Amino acid sequence: MSGKSILRRIDWLTVLFYLLLITIGWVNIYSSTFTEAEPSIFNFGTLHGKQLFFIGVSLLAIIIVLALEASFYERFASVFYVIAMILLLGLFVFGKTVAGATSWYNLGFFNLQPTELAKVATALALAKYLSDIQTDIKRHKDQLYAFLILLIPALLIIPQPDPGSALVFFSLAFVIFREGLPLYYLGIVFIAILVFVTTLMFGTIWVIIALALMVVLFFLFKKKRFRVPIMPLASALVVTILFSLSVNFVFNNVFEQRHRDRFSLWLRLEKDPKKLEQIRKTIGYNTYQSEKAIESGGLFGKGFLEGTRTKGDFVPEQHSDYIFTTVGEEWGFIGTTSVILLFTLMLLRLVYLAERQKTDFARMYGYGVISILLIHYFINIGMVIGLLPTIGIPLPLFSYGGSGMIFFTILIFIFLKLDANRLKEGV
Amino acid sequence: MKRILLSSIIIIIGITFISRLSYLQIFSFSPNEVLEDPAITRIYDYPERGYIYDRNGKLLVANQPAYDVMVIPREVRALDTLEFCGLLGIEKEKFIKSLKKARIYSTRLPSVLVPQLSKEDYAKLQEKMRHYQGFYIQKRSLRDYDTFSAANVLGYISEVNERDLAKNPFYIQGELTGRSGVEKQYEDILRGRKGVQYIQKDRFNRDIGPYKDKIMDTLPEQGKEISITIDKDLQEYGERLMNGKHGGIVAIEPSSGEILSMISGPTYNPALLVGRERSKNYSALHYDTIAKPLFDRSISFEKEPGSPFKTLNALVALQEGVITPETSIRCYNGFYIGRKKRGCHCGGGLRDLNSGIYHSCNAYFAGVFQKIFSKYPTSDESMDAWEKHIRSFGLGGYLGSDIYTGRPGRVPNKELYDKWYGDNRWSWSYIYSNAIGQGEIAVTPLQLANMTAAIANRGHFYIPHILKKIEGEDITDPKFTEPQHTTIDKKHFDPVVQGMADVYTKGTARWVQIPDITIAGKTGTVENFTKIDGVKTQLTDNSVFVAFAPVDNPKIAIAVYIENGYYGSRYAGHIASLMIEKYIKGFITRKDLEKKMLDRTLEHEYAKPYSGKEFKINEYVW
Repeated sequence: MSGKSILRRIDWLTVLFYLLLITIGWVNIYSSTFTEAEPSIFNFGTLHGKQLFFIGVSLLAIIIVLALEASFYERFASVFYVIAMILLLGLFVFGKTVAGATSWYNLGFFNLQPTELAKVATALALAKYLSDIQTDIKRHKDQLYAFLILLIPALLIIPQPDPGSALVFFSLAFVIFREGLPLYYLGIVFIAILVFVTTLMFGTIWVIIALALMVVLFFLFKKKRFRVPIMPLASALVVTILFSLSVNFVFNNVFEQRHRDRFSLWLRLEKDPKKLEQIRKTIGYNTYQSEKAIESGGLFGKGFLEGTRTKGDFVPEQHSDYIFTTVGEEWGFIGTTSVILLFTLMLLRLVYLAERQKTDFARMYGYGVISILLIHYFINIGMVIGLLPTIGIPLPLFSYGGSGMIFFTILIFIFLKLDANRLKEGV
Repeated sequence: MKRILLSSIIIIIGITFISRLSYLQIFSFSPNEVLEDPAITRIYDYPERGYIYDRNGKLLVANQPAYDVMVIPREVRALDTLEFCGLLGIEKEKFIKSLKKARIYSTRLPSVLVPQLSKEDYAKLQEKMRHYQGFYIQKRSLRDYDTFSAANVLGYISEVNERDLAKNPFYIQGELTGRSGVEKQYEDILRGRKGVQYIQKDRFNRDIGPYKDKIMDTLPEQGKEISITIDKDLQEYGERLMNGKHGGIVAIEPSSGEILSMISGPTYNPALLVGRERSKNYSALHYDTIAKPLFDRSISFEKEPGSPFKTLNALVALQEGVITPETSIRCYNGFYIGRKKRGCHCGGGLRDLNSGIYHSCNAYFAGVFQKIFSKYPTSDESMDAWEKHIRSFGLGGYLGSDIYTGRPGRVPNKELYDKWYGDNRWSWSYIYSNAIGQGEIAVTPLQLANMTAAIANRGHFYIPHILKKIEGEDITDPKFTEPQHTTIDKKHFDPVVQGMADVYTKGTARWVQIPDITIAGKTGTVENFTKIDGVKTQLTDNSVFVAFAPVDNPKIAIAVYIENGYYGSRYAGHIASLMIEKYIKGFITRKDLEKKMLDRTLEHEYAKPYSGKEFKINEYVW
């Protein structure tokens, strides 16, 4: 078994999905940055030319990742994590500011975004910590440590400011849940989001009325013998109501106007259709344009390089965060659905791979990879098609960006390396 | 459980995304998107509107260039408003107001800022135009009239309004469309098709080249030229004759239904409704409530026809077999309805069909009407028979001509009288006024002319129409080329036509004969009432005349209706005879008569009801 080449053991299906996604991604970057004046694909002065170079580097990175010992990643996980955190800290001193965010190191030929490295490092570190024989996730102290591993990079990234990327690290909480953190934590988060949204949409009064209704129903239908834990129930209710009240306070006094606008757009809080349309076209300009561009694609799209809104540069950041609009406009519903299916299939395949791992580390890392990819994919496309408020994070393997391209590749291929070696080390 | 959780989340997200995308791309998708796409602008190339010629190929309407200053509000940058207004020749307040209005209409679509600059203003402005971003000059063509007449026939064009824009996506702001007359009726033929260039723009609205390699671009298609059936000389002559008179003249070629002239008096010069003075002139015409120059009396003026209608009653009676040409009825300088006497001006004596017509005897036609109503057991049946015959001459409804406006006139029916008098509670004696063309019957000059054409053709007519040729090709629409038959047999027309011819030789119009031309005609003097301050007041009678000539091979059928012209042969008869002579001979032999008609006005009659004083009507002197 062990004698077989890595090429025989690697999961080719995932590799295939990976290659398809980066190819489609690049084609769309080409289309959104293409100009009649500069049709060559190998010109590094153009964005699509640069992206092609990054793809080349990524392929090189794959060879290195696969060539290294599988145990290397587990052993040096903490080291990577520390390096990543130092690089994040260093941004406060040496960082280069692009579009208002200090997220890059200027390496001359290339701007490095350590956030992308931190994603890989944190996934590795979390897997390593949780798989440690001494860690017991049922212990509050260990739960706290596990969360700290996520929290540190998130806190370092928020002030860049890049709240979208910070959000990615919280997605790694999935891994902790997978490994035994009680689900009610997730339930509390879910209820908190629900109360937040309903308070904004209907007001605290209705939240209280709904809660009262639920309590009444609960008492009506509960089993006779069931003893109600009065105190916990009462305190939960009080906490919920207080939270609902604080939502209003936070929304009106802590949030900035642009945040408020994003929410009022997303939840359609503005009832006056004229004002809503105004918000859509100003604050929601990006989403408005991207929705319109996608809509204009119709079933079959306008064809490669034929997207009028893409060519006219109507959608801002189209080659990076809004790359999916190009798919929508030029390839239509057929194209967008194909991309969604590809992502879905790749993620499901990764879940399958994670579940078949023999070592805790490999499995947990696998879940880390899935969480990171899923949150990017969910938030990015959700935002572009107008289901979620504007949160700026890239679409993995698609969006323009060297650091993203390279580190997403590394992220995935470390897992494929671990998977390829699962039988070797499982003994 | 936890394993499935993550997979389910992935699948649920996928399904949510695909549903949202299908909503966006399949349900919200609209294929007309090119028109809404902000990335694509259109540049228009306007074709010239088609020329209009008269029936003999004489030019009536051509074009002149005009220049609109257009604005695209979102492209406007800071500018020296005062200087710019100086160049445009408008006030600053107006400039700001127009700009605001344009912005409300659309920030990215062009609006007209200043319409129809003159050539001189354009020359001044053109050089400086590039300093003003967001403004540009759009060349258009305006109508240029080669005649002072036929405003009511030709109609006018004006800028499309919001309603037109909503109704017809062909138009965009600032374009012109036919508003009335031929310009409106044949808008699609005359306007041509504008050429479009699609230009791809970026979000800063800069041109970045043609859209889709120009495959969607089109060249302008010139408007087609048309000839109308109007005879320019006759039309102009008629309008001059109508000087100071209110009323309508319609002349038709009986053998084709072509309208030779359609005159409404008073009228206006069509050139008034062109250019920058258009709205001012329009208001002046619109608010002239006494002369009502915008009211087309030739097709919209519904009045009792008077005595010319007697010819139809004669034809109905012949067709129903209730009289023969020899049937005679005595006139006692009037006739009796019950014990009440109604007057007649014919001189009295025994009247047959021939003398009944040329003396226009009221008593004779009251008798004829009674005979028609005695044929059937009930008034209802008689009324139905009578109504059917009358309607077959094109009265009481829209003729179906290609003239945009008009009124249907009225032919009374049994339902009307049942309503007025009660079911079966009326008989011929209640409604005998219709026998002499008064009462409930109402016609327009166009209908009257058409009725005359039907008599001239001895039983059929062609629906009157105004379009003769498109691009030199005669029209072939069977609606206008196939005859409409009346319900009267051909043989019954001869005695009636003879009576009408005798009107000229022995009868009421023997003073208006034309040398060398045989005419058949019928005078009419119609009592005329109006309300002044709510009191029914009689005004001077309306003067009516119908005629066709030559009798045996009719080339023209004409109806003249002059308000307050007193008896039929006075104004209407003279005008009709001059028109016929002009059309058939091309010149006028009776210069003194012509001069009288051209000079004499009826303004004093029209002023009477507004004078606020007592006034006399039907004055003999003139």
